[in-house]
Amino acid sequence: MTDIKAQMDVIPGVDPRAPLLEVNDLHVEFRTQYGVAKAVNGANFWLSPGETLAILGESGCGKSVTAQAIMGILDSPPGFITKGEVRYRGVDLLKLPEEQRRRVRANRIAMIFQDALSALNPVYTVGFQLAEVFRIHRGMSRGDAKKRAIELLDQVKIPAAKARVSDYPHQFSGGMRQRVMIAMALALDPEVLIADEPTTALDVTVQAQIMGLLAELQQQRNMGLILITHDMGVVADVADRISVMYAGKVVEEAAVYDIYSRPAHPYTRALLESIPRLDMKGQQLNVIRGLPPALTDIPKGCAFNPRCRYAKDPCRQDPAPPAYAVAPHRTARCHFFREVLGE
Amino acid sequence: MSDVVLETKGLVKHFPITQGIVFKTKVGAVQAVDGVDLQLRRGETLGVVGESGCGKSTLAKLLVGLEKPTSGSIMVRGQDMVRLKGNELRRARRNIQMVLQDPYTSLNPRMTVGDIIGEPFEIHPEVVPRKGRERAVQDLLDTVGLNPDHINRYPHQFSGGQRQRIGIARALALKPEIIVCDEPVSALDVSIQAQVINLLERLQDEFGLSYIFIAHDLSVVRHISDRVAVMYLGRIVEQGYDTEIYDQPTHPYTQALLSAVPVPDPRLRGHRDQIVLEGDVPSPANPPSGCRFRTRCWKAQSVCAEKDPMLQTRERSPHPSACHFAEIRDVVHGH
Repeated sequence: MTDIKAQMDVIPGVDPRAPLLEVNDLHVEFRTQYGVAKAVNGANFWLSPGETLAILGESGCGKSVTAQAIMGILDSPPGFITKGEVRYRGVDLLKLPEEQRRRVRANRIAMIFQDALSALNPVYTVGFQLAEVFRIHRGMSRGDAKKRAIELLDQVKIPAAKARVSDYPHQFSGGMRQRVMIAMALALDPEVLIADEPTTALDVTVQAQIMGLLAELQQQRNMGLILITHDMGVVADVADRISVMYAGKVVEEAAVYDIYSRPAHPYTRALLESIPRLDMKGQQLNVIRGLPPALTDIPKGCAFNPRCRYAKDPCRQDPAPPAYAVAPHRTARCHFFREVLGE
Repeated sequence: MSDVVLETKGLVKHFPITQGIVFKTKVGAVQAVDGVDLQLRRGETLGVVGESGCGKSTLAKLLVGLEKPTSGSIMVRGQDMVRLKGNELRRARRNIQMVLQDPYTSLNPRMTVGDIIGEPFEIHPEVVPRKGRERAVQDLLDTVGLNPDHINRYPHQFSGGQRQRIGIARALALKPEIIVCDEPVSALDVSIQAQVINLLERLQDEFGLSYIFIAHDLSVVRHISDRVAVMYLGRIVEQGYDTEIYDQPTHPYTQALLSAVPVPDPRLRGHRDQIVLEGDVPSPANPPSGCRFRTRCWKAQSVCAEKDPMLQTRERSPHPSACHFAEIRDVVHGH
């Protein structure tokens, strides 16, 4: 199998010593009839093997679009990558021809989605859809591919995998369906898994099962995981590092302990304060006043300034705050990060 | 504080499963709500938590009269809502209103905000005379923190949080005593969620409202509720004051549910007492005999399959718990 893998899986220029995944200054915009929506405005982050990076942000902050740009599944038009690079082991994926890009998908970088029911094809059995991955990417026969599909369902702990392989997606519960999608993503042993809100549609007890499974599989394979979520509880449980996104920019990046104990960006701080906590019972919750900006009309200077309680004159003027180095491997896009940290 | 504004006894809702097209024969029933007793006191918030399919939304619909219960009673101000008819029912319904989950689908996109909030007055014209309605709607907008001048705008011109405020204004229009909130903040982002929760709490103080607050987010429920009921497969399995449920849960399901909630504090990682349940919730069309949780319970013994545990205080459970082996276990604070 290794020779087939070698054959179907060659990406020229890959340097095994280069960082696993690097996103530099990524810009994505959507050109619509109502104007240009700047969904991602300079996203930067990196990922190492075995590591979990959480991308945290509210709806419309550009976290899913970033993931789609990395995967190369952005709807274009209306979406366009206008600037930046996505480097996998040194190779800029955005410059690869589509055919080589296809080899990267699933082989090297795979993705799972929030809504497994709409991500799976309702008219094929899950076994067929799983086997398809092997037949197309590995040139296996139908019989061999089906055997591998059963093995995979076993690995993601679906009971009675042999019988369930010929079931259709609607015959599975939400949690089981998410397991099928994880199996499909991991079929070709990718080095990077992007999980876009993998448990948002699930109940907490099932969420705990799925997050446990992901952690286990990640450890077995030493896989890099990008977890896109808005749930600060899940992030605290599994992430090594966090990138907080707001209006298409990574506004703060730090190790998980640092962010929760001493946020350096006012937005991170405000987000953490708006979660209901035990000692806040019976009191008003802290709120972030106002609304996130419309992406067609992002405020000048720091995009967060109209909602920020630290905002002063420099924040309202271009250029936007740069990524200040708060500590080694820790950045924040706030002119007054010292003030935010120091309170 | 202790006067009861709403009380249900043995509330049951079974949805029939039928077979055949012309001659429909009943072959079974989805037991969505199966014997719920609860009490709501004046000015109090009762939180109802549970996973999808446990019957909490059906319970909400029963309470506001959108579904007719199969059996049981819903007493509001000494009147049984289930038995009321015609004018009496219409008048009684004024008193119990609802806020729905999804502010994107629960507001008619073709109606202006003024029409949406004013519609309850069309149905109950005796509340506000026709001339005063516009004024009343503007007052309501102001009460929920929206600009009264926006009365002629359409829902799509508002953000998610603002739409939920419109939904709340509509529920307040008839000056009810009770508002049933069915997942009122779960479609909203964290920063907006906090705004809506604060609004609900302020309105409660201002108008002396009682809330039934249904949600699956346990930290939100804890924040807003005075008492909490935990539901599983159509039944309440544990009920008590918020501190009793969260700090001293005695039913294994409550313990598992609480332990599964991720805590936004990375220092607790690996130190929490995490109970991972096996499998999925059984189908409410064919629930297990005896205790309905026994198929996923680590404490289950033969008695659990034979004898249905009642929701009552027990030797080791100072508050009502429907488990033969109820016992306090603190799962939230780690060890």
